[in-house]
Amino acid sequence: MAITADHIRDKLIKELAAVLVDVEDTSSNRCAASYKVLVVSTQFEGKPLLQRHRMVNTCLAEELKEIHAFEQKTLTPEQWEKQKSQ
Amino acid sequence: MNSLLRSTAKCLRTGAALGPHGRVWSARFLCAAADFQKDLGEMVKKDKVVVFMKGTRAQPMCGFSNAVVQILRMHGVDDYATYNVLEDSELREGVKVFSNWPTIPQVYLSGEFVGGCDILLQMHQNGDLVEELKKLGISSALLKAEEESK
Repeated sequence: MAITADHIRDKLIKELAAVLVDVEDTSSNRCAASYKVLVVSTQFEGKPLLQRHRMVNTCLAEELKEIHAFEQKTLTPEQWEKQKSQ
Repeated sequence: MNSLLRSTAKCLRTGAALGPHGRVWSARFLCAAADFQKDLGEMVKKDKVVVFMKGTRAQPMCGFSNAVVQILRMHGVDDYATYNVLEDSELREGVKVFSNWPTIPQVYLSGEFVGGCDILLQMHQNGDLVEELKKLGISSALLKAEEESK
């Protein structure tokens, strides 16, 4: 399975019904496959940070076995709008 | 973890077990792995603040691990345990299984898994970390600084 930013983005959109997913390939900063993702989804509403991150981790369980470094930001649509206006 | 214990029990009866990918795991290996998970259970409870990281507090070997060390330093948290996963590959893999979390660093507060660098950073930025430390009886240096400036 070739892990690409697109593959990760598609999977997150499909499994978390994300309204926005931004995947940044940060591998050039490090020696191995690294990604930074932003996921905006209504499914995060009412869930604490840890639970949100676990949802993303579960979605990308197979990929994470091969990814060396992974950063994630998980926001609800409301939080995303608020952040954008700041 | 339950499946690991079940296959340990099964292999003790039959002398061998089939792990994922059809590999045959010896009884001894599975028992050692289960023991290690138990050790981790004790390690995370032994100290109020526990960090599994790459490198040491004095010399972090990864940007994310370093971020955790710096955040704790900013809050004046000096008394915390760190475990260097680079020194021990069994620890490195074992802690990922134990926490059900794929990456390092991993932060535990009062025996409970809190998250990695991203989560700690957000907790630091939104004030949650000060609160969580307070619950542990640790007064954050940032709180003191804020009170002094008033």
